[in-house]
Amino acid sequence: MRILPAGDQALTVELSDQVDDATNRRVIALAESLAARPVDGITETVPTYRSLLVCYDPAIVRASALADTLAERLASLDVEHTPSRHWTVPVFYGGPAGMDLEELARMKGIDVDEVIRLHSGAEYRVYMIGFAPGFAYLGGLPEILHTPRLTTPRQHIVAGSIGIGGKQASINSLAGPSGWRFIGRTPVQLFDPQRQEPALFRAGDTVRFEPVNEAEFERLEARVAAGETIAEPVLP
Amino acid sequence: MNKLHIVKAGMMVSVQDPGRRGMLHSGISASGPMDPAAFAFAQALVGNAPALAALEFAHLGGSYRVDAPTRIAVTGGQVDIRIDSRQVAAWESHWLQPGETLAVGAMVGAVWGYIAFSGGIDVPPLLGSRSTHLRSRIGGLDGRTLQAGDALSLGSSTDAPCLRLALPIHRGRGPIRVVPGPQDDYFDGATWDMFLRSDFRVSSKRDRMATMLDGPVIRAFRGHDIVSDGTPLGSIQVPGSGQPIVLTAERQTTGGYPKIATIASVDLPRLAQTPSGASIRFARISQAAAEDLLVAERLRLKASLENLQPVDTVTP
Repeated sequence: MRILPAGDQALTVELSDQVDDATNRRVIALAESLAARPVDGITETVPTYRSLLVCYDPAIVRASALADTLAERLASLDVEHTPSRHWTVPVFYGGPAGMDLEELARMKGIDVDEVIRLHSGAEYRVYMIGFAPGFAYLGGLPEILHTPRLTTPRQHIVAGSIGIGGKQASINSLAGPSGWRFIGRTPVQLFDPQRQEPALFRAGDTVRFEPVNEAEFERLEARVAAGETIAEPVLP
Repeated sequence: MNKLHIVKAGMMVSVQDPGRRGMLHSGISASGPMDPAAFAFAQALVGNAPALAALEFAHLGGSYRVDAPTRIAVTGGQVDIRIDSRQVAAWESHWLQPGETLAVGAMVGAVWGYIAFSGGIDVPPLLGSRSTHLRSRIGGLDGRTLQAGDALSLGSSTDAPCLRLALPIHRGRGPIRVVPGPQDDYFDGATWDMFLRSDFRVSSKRDRMATMLDGPVIRAFRGHDIVSDGTPLGSIQVPGSGQPIVLTAERQTTGGYPKIATIASVDLPRLAQTPSGASIRFARISQAAAEDLLVAERLRLKASLENLQPVDTVTP
């Protein structure tokens, strides 16, 4: 474990230099602990794969003192009882937004149904929210589906696109450019600035994908457009 | 109700307040002004509370009209300001009457300018702030820059005298101070020497998200990919090109490039205000020294904001 300076208003609490579940659980447990029992001067935290960015106000607490407090908090961390929520996310595989599905199946030497079965059969963990508002980096992609990113990014990927980039899976929160490969689309809105909590997922949540056909996708999309909520978290 | 009319748009004109806090974990950086002190002066000069919204522009201000008498102030750098044909000073508030046009020209020696209007710009707050986040297309007016023809509501304000600074603003000189880390150990001793001894030119590739620097290629001997982590304000990330990128108000909240250092909070606005093509140098300081500088600077700013002087209304 290392506590690293990140300027005069932030510290990076680095628990490992690897991506693994156990490290990420500790990162999120530390963020939850700081939310439940706040430390004076901490303004916000950003959980990522293997470290927690802790922002602070130096007029209230100095980094040297804060580092000691964080080290103590880490030593008494309750990783087992950190709450996480579970989501089921409907996906229409293929179609215009899933433009890479067939090529991915060809690259892997399996048929399209097998790609869908593998992708929707796994449980994913939200390792972090970052890059863009509400963008979810998911761990847990079955190894056979690991695929390098494109050499030339595409300029316009629609929101809700279901992506694969290297070992990671993702759900794109906003429309924009991306070099990931895309195999489908969900009508669930990962980011909605009008919601009280604008990002649907939090780091530490778990996610499963549920295949739906095109007609069902369109029905769900219409419900979302009418302002309905189609994905609710399940608490453990 | 008083309205602000955009007659001619300047460059990258956006609605900004002090920024959107507490949203980093949702992937949303604070946004807010690129030069918070200049923004705070503009607001104080027109009698606005610091949390209200004003306009930020890059280089060129644009022209504006109002429906009711309004105090205005322009800050950020030296710039030609006219109310109809009358030339008025920056860093000072003035009355703008209905029927008159405020024209703010091109700034000299600075990049980011602020135009405050008494009452503040009253767009609906989103996630606790009126700041435009252009990259995420949220906040401000539909998450975008302003265009000719736009009209924005202004809040109500009480009558008050016009104000000016008691002392001119002095931005510090000398190198831009940095705190090494979080990935300072990705760079060897020779690279650190080069980083601290070389001139870097502020590139014209810059926006509210980031500023690129041209100079010697900075190599990370441990590679230019890290496991993505949080990217604080002012962090200097070094991608495979070896060209440093300073992350600013609308930065992404996480990133996968090693960050050699983070610019001291007191010097980040100075870098933001350095014109493209000008050179800078870096100097390393400790985290504790940077904290001391920030705390002292805040006290100085507070004292200056409380010590604005009424403008003599008698014309010579």
